[in-house]
Amino acid sequence: MSETLFSQAAGGTRSAVIEIPAARSCLEIDDLSLRYGGQPALQGLSLRVPRHSVTAFIGPSGCGKSTLLRVLNRLHDLNDEVTQSGRVLLEGEDIHGPGVAVAQLRRRVGMVFQTPNPFPMSIYENVAFGLRLQVPLKKRRRDEIIEWALVSAALWDEVKDRLHDSAWTLSGGQQQRLVIARTLAVQPEVLLLDEPASALDPISSLKIEELIRNLKSRLSVILVTHNMQQAARVSDYTAFLEGGELVEYAATDDLFTNPRLTRTEDYITGRMS
Amino acid sequence: MRRLRLPGRAGLPRGEGPWPWLAAGSLALSLLMLAALLLLLAGRGLGHFWPAPVELVTLDDGRQLAGQPVREERRQTLQGSPLRERLYRTGNRDLDGEAWRWVEVTSIARRERPDDWAVIERQRWGELIVRPLALEEAGRRLAEAPLWAAFAARLERVLSLRAERDALRREVIAPLARRLAAGHDDAEARARLTEAQARVGELQAAMTRDALVVESAAGERLTVPLESMLAAWRPNAMSPPEKLAAWGANLWHFLSEGPRAANTAGGVWPAIFGTVLMVLLMSALVTPFGVLAAVYLHEVAPQGRLTGWVRIAVRNLAGVPSIVYGVFGLGVFVYGIGGRLDDWLFADSLPSPTFGTGGLLWASLTLALLTLPVVIVATEEGLARIPAQQREAALALGATRAEMLRRVILPMALPAMLTGVILAIARAAGEVAPLMLVGVAKLAPQVPVDGDFPYLHLERKFMHLGYHVFDVGFHSGDVEAALPLVYATALLLVGVILVLNLTAILLRHHLRARHAALRSR
Repeated sequence: MSETLFSQAAGGTRSAVIEIPAARSCLEIDDLSLRYGGQPALQGLSLRVPRHSVTAFIGPSGCGKSTLLRVLNRLHDLNDEVTQSGRVLLEGEDIHGPGVAVAQLRRRVGMVFQTPNPFPMSIYENVAFGLRLQVPLKKRRRDEIIEWALVSAALWDEVKDRLHDSAWTLSGGQQQRLVIARTLAVQPEVLLLDEPASALDPISSLKIEELIRNLKSRLSVILVTHNMQQAARVSDYTAFLEGGELVEYAATDDLFTNPRLTRTEDYITGRMS
Repeated sequence: MRRLRLPGRAGLPRGEGPWPWLAAGSLALSLLMLAALLLLLAGRGLGHFWPAPVELVTLDDGRQLAGQPVREERRQTLQGSPLRERLYRTGNRDLDGEAWRWVEVTSIARRERPDDWAVIERQRWGELIVRPLALEEAGRRLAEAPLWAAFAARLERVLSLRAERDALRREVIAPLARRLAAGHDDAEARARLTEAQARVGELQAAMTRDALVVESAAGERLTVPLESMLAAWRPNAMSPPEKLAAWGANLWHFLSEGPRAANTAGGVWPAIFGTVLMVLLMSALVTPFGVLAAVYLHEVAPQGRLTGWVRIAVRNLAGVPSIVYGVFGLGVFVYGIGGRLDDWLFADSLPSPTFGTGGLLWASLTLALLTLPVVIVATEEGLARIPAQQREAALALGATRAEMLRRVILPMALPAMLTGVILAIARAAGEVAPLMLVGVAKLAPQVPVDGDFPYLHLERKFMHLGYHVFDVGFHSGDVEAALPLVYATALLLVGVILVLNLTAILLRHHLRARHAALRSR
């Protein structure tokens, strides 16, 4: 791997950021700053997210990791109070560019939220929801994609006999996997997971983690979590954010075993001020 | 060391104290009042249809009268001595000049309930309370026995002849006449019309064949043609099951027929129909507007001070008195829009107005305006209850805002919209004041839906149960006859609103059951 480590000065604090070659990255974030009302939430973030791997964003509550995630599929567009600067490139293309249709971008960059949020429809219709927004498909083709998505989300065996039951009849963990299947069905390139297991019991949580590891062969996964063990178990790269700044970004093994900065070390060893 | 001592609370009651009892008492009182209301309406209204017995009363001065006892009252004479009077419904308005008699109870020498006295309901002059003596056919006395059975059979014949005649008039003559009046001058239609009219003449003649000779309590004899009768019964000779059947039949006539005798007799079918149709039209008008307004206010418009003001204004509109809406409807809908429509489209029939006078459409529009705030507020509350995650989930799957609204938000807000419609129905169905200005009629025997193009006649005036209560109760010449109808009509109005609301509630329940787990979260 030809990854070079370099240091940059951001907001007067040193940070250590691993350099992913542009050819291997799917997302490039370049000097991204964001304010809520007048309050700065992200300050001068720059990093590249590698393709076909799991990248975790960790950090204390309010560090901006969820905010960053919502920039990547432009969910902040809805909020008038948000102002941002800097660029985000998806496969080299600026996601805020004038020619970008936001709905199309969100199909390419799927997102799963903290609490499972299936629609009040049948399991089948939940997975079909995104598909029905695209060009019309023949029913057989649609059924194939839905089965594929549910298999990919490790849910097929549990629901194949009750596809037309309400999605609300599933357990929390099943609902979250259904939401992942629903997102996979539109075949995104990047999957954003915002603390996907934090509302689940430990066993459901483990299933989700296993699923995340399996998914990276198909797409790039960005995982936001406050659970450091989870980040260590699942991710290939980890970025540590604090106070809206990127502190350290490295291969997961390096970051957890050999943090370069004391701020990172303090956080992962639990010495938080 | 000094021990710190808490003063404690003196006189703390054991248990919860009087508050739960007070709250429960208030609830019980409210329920009791409601029950009393319904019982009063049901008792007074439904009792009216029960075939009351006929009493033959002999007074101490030898005079006789026959009537159905209604109620008693205690009064005082001018000298101050107490007096008990009983009200009898004596019928025979054409003979006696009055249909009700107050009789002093102490002056009654004898009361009997003879089996052979009959109550005969006629097309005009109300009821006859008489003793049938004999049957006549074309002026010739018949000696058929038993008299009542023979009479009942002949009355049955007259009723079926009348039904045939009315059907012929309604289904053959009226369409043909309209056709000819519209300028289609074809010989075949003319011939069929003449033929039908001849048949009506025959039926008419056949109906006038029989007559019943009767005697009143005062001893007057008269010959009543069967053709003038609607129904006849002998209440004293009826067994309880027969009375129950008669009660059901009377109730059915009340529900299914039009009013007679200046609304003091007959039924209220046109009023039921008008009320329900008006409410349905109103719902169809108010729902799309209210829902779209709420969607704009909650989902599309940027939230700021202006939307806040609009919200306050909408909520306050719900408090504007309904008669104000009636005035607005009269000025804008009836005179403004309706008058303009008449100028443009119905200039031929001016100066008699088509849309430029009160009618079903304007009444529905006025009530839709009246209930608009209710629907907007309920829908907006429903939209606000939908979790933000549902919106984000839809957007994150590549839905545009319009797709998110249509496929996720609006289906989830459907129960709330129906709540709005239920509230709107509850408010609109009971409104009478604005309707008096924009289209309700005292008597509109033609319901606004019929077989003539365009089938739904939005410009027609219509009858309304609420206005019917007011009209029968306060504008009728015969208060004693009208009063039971007022109670019965009021009960019916409550029933109609209940049915309309229940329908909407069942629909909402059905929708909620579809996403049942929304509540389990």
